[in-house]
Amino acid sequence: MSNILKINDLEKTYTSGSKKLTVISNISFEVEKGCIFSIVGPSGSGKTTLLGLCAGLDYPTSGSIELCGTRLEDLNEDERAALRNKEVGFIFQNFQLLPTLTALENVIVPLELQGEKNAAKSGIALLEKVGLGDRLHHYPSQLSGGEQQRVALARAFSNKPSILFADEPTGNLDEETGEKVIQLLFELNKEAGTTLVIITHDLDLANRTQQILRLKGGKIISNEKTTTV
Amino acid sequence: MNATTPKLNFKWLLKMAWRDGRASLSRLLLFMASIILGIAAVVSIQLFSENLKQNIQKQSKSLMGADFIIDSKQEPSKKVLAIVDSLGADAMEVNFASMAAFPKNGGTKLVKVRAMEGPFPFYGTIASEPAKAGATYQSLKGALVDATLLLQYNITAGDSIKIGDLTLPVIGALQSIPGSTAISSSVTPTVLIPFSLLEKTNLLQLGSRKEYQYFFNAPETNLTALTEKLNPILNAENADLDTHVSTSENLGKRYDNVSRFLNLVAFIALLLGCIGIASSVHIYIKEKLKSVAVLKCLGASRTQAFLIYLLQIISIGFIGGVIGSGIGTGLQFAFPYILQDFLPFDIEIIISIQPLIMGIALGVLMSVLFALLPLLGTWYVAPLEVLRGAEDNLKKPKFARITVYFTIVLFIFLFSFWMLKDAADGMIFTAGIFITLAIMAGVAQLFIQAIKKFFPTSWGYTKRQSLLNLFRPNNQTMVLVLAIGLGTFLISTLYFTKDILLAKTTIENKKNDANIILLDVQAEQEAALLQTFESKGLEVIANVPIITMRMERIRGRSVNEMRQDTTINMRKWVLNREFRVTYRDSLTETEEIVEGDWIGTAVLGKPIPISISDNMAEDAGLKLGDAVVFNVQGVLMETYVSSIRKVDWTSLQINFMVLFPSGVLENAPQFNVMTTYVPNKESSAELQRDLVVHYPNVTILDLRQVFTIVEDILDKISWVINFMAFFSILTGLIVLVGSVRNSKYQRIKESVLLRTLGAKSKQIVQITALEYVYLGLLGSLTGVLLSLIGSQLLALFLFKQPFIPSVIPFLIFIPGITVLVVLIGLSNLKSVLQNSPLEVLRKEL
Repeated sequence: MSNILKINDLEKTYTSGSKKLTVISNISFEVEKGCIFSIVGPSGSGKTTLLGLCAGLDYPTSGSIELCGTRLEDLNEDERAALRNKEVGFIFQNFQLLPTLTALENVIVPLELQGEKNAAKSGIALLEKVGLGDRLHHYPSQLSGGEQQRVALARAFSNKPSILFADEPTGNLDEETGEKVIQLLFELNKEAGTTLVIITHDLDLANRTQQILRLKGGKIISNEKTTTV
Repeated sequence: MNATTPKLNFKWLLKMAWRDGRASLSRLLLFMASIILGIAAVVSIQLFSENLKQNIQKQSKSLMGADFIIDSKQEPSKKVLAIVDSLGADAMEVNFASMAAFPKNGGTKLVKVRAMEGPFPFYGTIASEPAKAGATYQSLKGALVDATLLLQYNITAGDSIKIGDLTLPVIGALQSIPGSTAISSSVTPTVLIPFSLLEKTNLLQLGSRKEYQYFFNAPETNLTALTEKLNPILNAENADLDTHVSTSENLGKRYDNVSRFLNLVAFIALLLGCIGIASSVHIYIKEKLKSVAVLKCLGASRTQAFLIYLLQIISIGFIGGVIGSGIGTGLQFAFPYILQDFLPFDIEIIISIQPLIMGIALGVLMSVLFALLPLLGTWYVAPLEVLRGAEDNLKKPKFARITVYFTIVLFIFLFSFWMLKDAADGMIFTAGIFITLAIMAGVAQLFIQAIKKFFPTSWGYTKRQSLLNLFRPNNQTMVLVLAIGLGTFLISTLYFTKDILLAKTTIENKKNDANIILLDVQAEQEAALLQTFESKGLEVIANVPIITMRMERIRGRSVNEMRQDTTINMRKWVLNREFRVTYRDSLTETEEIVEGDWIGTAVLGKPIPISISDNMAEDAGLKLGDAVVFNVQGVLMETYVSSIRKVDWTSLQINFMVLFPSGVLENAPQFNVMTTYVPNKESSAELQRDLVVHYPNVTILDLRQVFTIVEDILDKISWVINFMAFFSILTGLIVLVGSVRNSKYQRIKESVLLRTLGAKSKQIVQITALEYVYLGLLGSLTGVLLSLIGSQLLALFLFKQPFIPSVIPFLIFIPGITVLVVLIGLSNLKSVLQNSPLEVLRKEL
């Protein structure tokens, strides 16, 4: 099976005045296409930094990233945006819905950016799939946390991404709602055949993925396949 | 895969701009309000100025009533008469000020008598009641009397009027005649009489002021060539040629000053609008940066993200421009009504498209320009902010920021240059605005530093917390001090300037100052008049001899020769003026020597030491020791400037530009000016009736009436100034509301957190109220103090007037604006106090 994400000897260092802070270093791994991959580690281990770099949201200090067959270091900001729009989906801990857009409008933004004609139709279908067919025209502030994350799920899958990055997708939800959201995420993922990269603290969730990358102090301490099928 | 830059997809951008904007509509409306008012002010004033110019051009002939006029302030010389004859005057008049009496009720009034011969005006009409009276008064040998005067004295057609020794019937009421304004007519109302009866008035005596005018109906004449050819000859004979073109140009120039002031006011309203835009957009975009980062995560390009918000700003600027232009168009219909007494003609309002387009373009331009700096944030915000939430650390490249700042400065300069029509003034104005801003920013910074350094740690929690708010991250001290400060600065500068402008024309009628002035008292009438005063128990306050004279030679050069010289550095009026001069051995209390020595007595056989006023010295370019030869009714007198005096012209005393010492003019042909004080209206009327009967040539100026008229004029001027200032003040208030209202989103999260941690309503209110008290006080105080300095400079250099600042800005503006800031600030808390913290966070953030 081919790899959709290839990371080679990645390092990210922040400079503040004369001080340098290396957040991650010597990071190399690969993610197979269609795989469910998780990155775990304690707070400050560099998980979010790594996600930002993998998705092309940030620039590494050194090393290379190949996403969907494209070397990110060769792309400028707008080319990266175009790549994300076509190939990448996101789910964030804080949902990150656009507060001034309704649920449906939020979902169809990636499609509209692609110039899709039937964006609304696809958007409604996706919202119905996540159980929010009666909340199409509600603003984020009128939805519960779980509902907001379901809208975010629908949005993440709306552009039929090749790879989906989920940053602590249940971090802001109670256990029961979180579980429902994860079920839904896995279902949608299975249906779409998308590669899923999840960042989480939750080892139970990590154990439900096919491969776990463990980070500590900005370095990989293990990268193992699980028995999960 | 090959990644390419996403297409712009304009339709989607518009859709996103609308989707995003509709949720923030109330905030954007406030932002739009500042544009609307600024544009309304500019468009209404521009349209009106345009109309004024067009009307003056269009009506130039009917404003003058003739194609050209030759006029002379004295009996025309043979040479002038020969020119008049050769050109074939179609009408002529002699006009002078005189007392008129109404035998029906004994009323008397100082009027301007215009003795007319011929069918003047050739363009425009004499508006009268009955309408035909304007055409028949000459043949019916009657008078056409100013309509208001007739109403005041209860006189109707058929009653009589007495001018000098002549009594004639009133044929009708004169409503208007080309060449005179309502204001000038209210000071000396016009009485038209046939020229053939002038002799019978017996008022044309030596020394009395009169003007001869010859009117020409010659539409085919090349007026420029005629002016070039005749004016030098006529000027040498103390006469002048005015064409309808030059008159309308002069009139245009006169109203240019009015336009300039109004433009300045409009500009201030517009600038306030710009501050409104800048402060609203600053906070608006700051809150949008997270959404922009999300959009970028989802694949929007920098250009797309930038354009969504730029389109919002352009749309608001466009709509604001359209509404503002609409209001401005409607408003300019009010100007002719407001200014009717100042204009010698009716204004026909024509809506020209240019100011409307300019209004809309200006709305868009100023919105974009003043929003550009915060808008740059949408370009530079990284998608990573979604994960990090660190948009406060957003860096905008120096080059981009400097370019925007430079463009803003350029815009303000170009706009002020366009408004003020003077590059230097434009530069000073622009520099003034930026120096003010810099000082305010400095004050805000100093204030922050001072609080940090001298933080009162012993204060109670709420007081400390409110002080901490002023310098903690997310503080709004700089933005609000700038917005409140500059708004207050502009409003209060306008107020102070208005005071300076109005004070310039304010006069005081002090008790026991003369309130009756008698002009043209002949030498042989002096003794009898003094007797009359004594018999009525009136004190003669001043009895001043007057001698009329002209300048013959200045520093050895003939005045006639100097008139032809276009290179000389002096005002031409000096060369043409008939000076009214007095002589005495001492100075009065309204005079003060500023240069040289006052010499009170002349030595026979030596050049005469004269004293001239400082304004005359400036206009004539005369210095101490300069020789001037005066022609005193045929006799040449050699003088030299021995002193220069500062004269208080506003004192309404009898003041003189040229003052001779005693010992030389005593035997020259002269007349006197006498002043007295009458205690009430009745005794004034009785004195005037008496004098008109026995001394018909004497002109009586009743200062009581003049005071009333001047007060009326001042009322009208202040109304106009206040009306325009209202625009700026309203915009300023809207900007203030906008700025403070926008700050709500900065503080609400903290208030909710405090609430969650158990803070009582009273504590939250106290913290917020105190923070806004500090900001309101600091902003408004800085604004008023800076405007005080600015107005002092304006008074000193522009208006050249002493400046006594009004206490209104200190007593009303500072507390008023502070209270307003606190009230708006507290209104932001309403939702925090009335709802649960979670509800607030959901609703507001």
